[in-house]
Amino acid sequence: MKTDIILSGVGGQGILSIATIIGEAATRMGLNLKQAEVHGMSQRGGDVQSNLRLSDAPIASDLIALGTADLILSLEPMEALRYLPYLSREGWIITSSAPFVNIPNYPDAEGLMAELNALPHVVALDVEKLAKEHGMPKSANVILLGAAAAFLKVFDAATLRESVERIFAAKGAAVVEMNQRAFDLGYQYVQQLHADRL
Amino acid sequence: MENKNIHLLLGDQAIALGALHAGIAGVYAYPGTPSTEITEFIQASPLARERRLHTTWCTNEKTAMEAALGVSYVGKRALVCMKHVGMNVCADAFVNAAMTGVNGGIVVVAADDPSMHSSQNEQDSRFYAKFAMVPILEPSSQQEAYDMMEFAYSLSEEVGLPVLLRITTRMAHSRANVAVKAVGAEVACTGKASVPTDWVLLPGNARRRYLKVIETQPVLMERSEQSPYNRSSFPAGERKAEKGIVACGIGYNYVMENYPDGCPFPLVKVSHYPLPVDTLVRLADACRELWVVEDGQPFVEEQLKGTLPSAYTVKGRLSGDLTRTGELTPDAVRKAFGLPCEEVFAPAANLVPRPPALCNGCGHRDVYDALNRVIADYPDAKVFGDIGCYTLGALPPFRALNSCVDMGASITMAKGAADAGCFPAVAVIGDSTFTHSGMTGLLDAVNDRANITVIISDNLTTAMTGGQDSAGTNKFEAICLGLGVAPEHVRVVVPLPKNMEEITRILREEIEYNGVSVIIPRRECMQTLNRKLKQKRAEKK
Repeated sequence: MKTDIILSGVGGQGILSIATIIGEAATRMGLNLKQAEVHGMSQRGGDVQSNLRLSDAPIASDLIALGTADLILSLEPMEALRYLPYLSREGWIITSSAPFVNIPNYPDAEGLMAELNALPHVVALDVEKLAKEHGMPKSANVILLGAAAAFLKVFDAATLRESVERIFAAKGAAVVEMNQRAFDLGYQYVQQLHADRL
Repeated sequence: MENKNIHLLLGDQAIALGALHAGIAGVYAYPGTPSTEITEFIQASPLARERRLHTTWCTNEKTAMEAALGVSYVGKRALVCMKHVGMNVCADAFVNAAMTGVNGGIVVVAADDPSMHSSQNEQDSRFYAKFAMVPILEPSSQQEAYDMMEFAYSLSEEVGLPVLLRITTRMAHSRANVAVKAVGAEVACTGKASVPTDWVLLPGNARRRYLKVIETQPVLMERSEQSPYNRSSFPAGERKAEKGIVACGIGYNYVMENYPDGCPFPLVKVSHYPLPVDTLVRLADACRELWVVEDGQPFVEEQLKGTLPSAYTVKGRLSGDLTRTGELTPDAVRKAFGLPCEEVFAPAANLVPRPPALCNGCGHRDVYDALNRVIADYPDAKVFGDIGCYTLGALPPFRALNSCVDMGASITMAKGAADAGCFPAVAVIGDSTFTHSGMTGLLDAVNDRANITVIISDNLTTAMTGGQDSAGTNKFEAICLGLGVAPEHVRVVVPLPKNMEEITRILREEIEYNGVSVIIPRRECMQTLNRKLKQKRAEKK
């Protein structure tokens, strides 16, 4: 059993924090893991991505091949589309629906969302808005992680939720509790909307 | 199951931990993507603190390499780390380190950047090691990167030569589980005295040493043939195989990704050079065509073409059968091998590039804003840029730079342009880049009374690579005065929008001054400032 994930977003949005939490769960479950990250120049507000591969068998390549990713997990809708050729035909896109506009020629948001929603397997939710509404402005990325939890196959949502606790433990009980609420919020959102297709 | 000996590490971190466990006395490095995290890992390591290892940043790669030679001279082990273009800066010391030989082991890590994720070229550091006639190790996994460090130091001390550990961005910045051994006893020491006649490279000594290096080559070759990191598999069969594969370093992973049930062709994995030529000749004889899968430049392919008789077919990046430029990928290998590809979604229509940009509130922004206002009045002006965050000033909205070539080239190019009649000739260089390679060029300009205006945009850190200490912090005025810039033409400003009138006035005055002037806009990097404020808030709680 394997799960190949492309994490994407804009430099500074926190995709590597998502990767850290998934990585903790994978390591705890004794899975093999390879995670190619982007450091350096592209972190200055440019597009960033990470290839995260999980498997109970040995993994050869650090990079995911075209057409084989099980998930694109993105904190920005256009950045989700950037890696479309890497997604398997059966793969899912779990993405924030809130455009991050820091370039003058950002595409028309309606056209962008229409293209995204025309794809067969998409969960798009405004994690920024959800985070603000629920008083957890810094936890948008954990809401997205919660939304992705049901798709990870290699371990269950409870395992991943425990990793949220472990990763934030050093920051105190209040931070842990808030991030677990964020995780639950994303998880339940998907359960309600897409339960029939999971 | 949780296992305390399994660590989730970046390739860079695996190298750092391997070096620590091999008993290094210190790490010597200048920050450079993708190598920076090696030194940062050692700086944060409790073991390094406990052992009082050298971990502070060096001014450039050459000072790093030379300090490592000093460590080696007294019998201890040193680690030197840099990005690939850093090899150009330390090449003099690196090549001559083979001539002197080493006492304590030296491992030089060169992190190459195929696809130029954060660099200005795709040069392949393996050529430097061949040129210097020293062994190369090229890990294919994070586990190998860790394991190779002890092996590399033993090899270095045994053959008396520095060892190059070559990685690429993908290995440097990819994480995987690494099984870690028990920590070695102590900082290693050979206990041998170095022989001055080996280390004083006067021609008489150097000629003798060169013969010694040449005599050592068959030993290096034998070690490669027997290396645990060079593995070969020859599937049984009487007829010649359709393909034989030479898979180098990380290229091995991309081959195996495409053969999940095992590679059906004879294959030699190369992670230890010089090339194991006997094994490779055996491989060539077992197949109809030889494929070389290597990331970077066609280093191995070229050598095989020179080694094997012309009747053998060798395919790879040089022949054009694999992509000539850019990072190697599993897809590139799949396509080249003619394997069926997955049906993929077409690229999205609503998609535009999102290039990196200077941070909001960054002082470099105010510098370029001021410079562009002043330069607008000088149609012949040329602005020579340098390497760092501020290179982004070449992109919109500023479009302020005419060049960016190598560390320090802004000052010397401005001087050359001024020599050739260009006015105004302006150089823009960062604080860390100035101490790395700008100071000597400024001395040239002062000695020639060149008519140039140098802007040292000082944000008190090495920002591009993540905010490492900058060697010249608090010393820039003194350095410029010491190099002979006239005191009245060393001007310090604070790059903020509210100071725009003052900054533009000073820029104009110094451009109009016929001679060398230095303007130092100084304001802390937003990233390091925010990090410090965050830390302070956390401490208050």
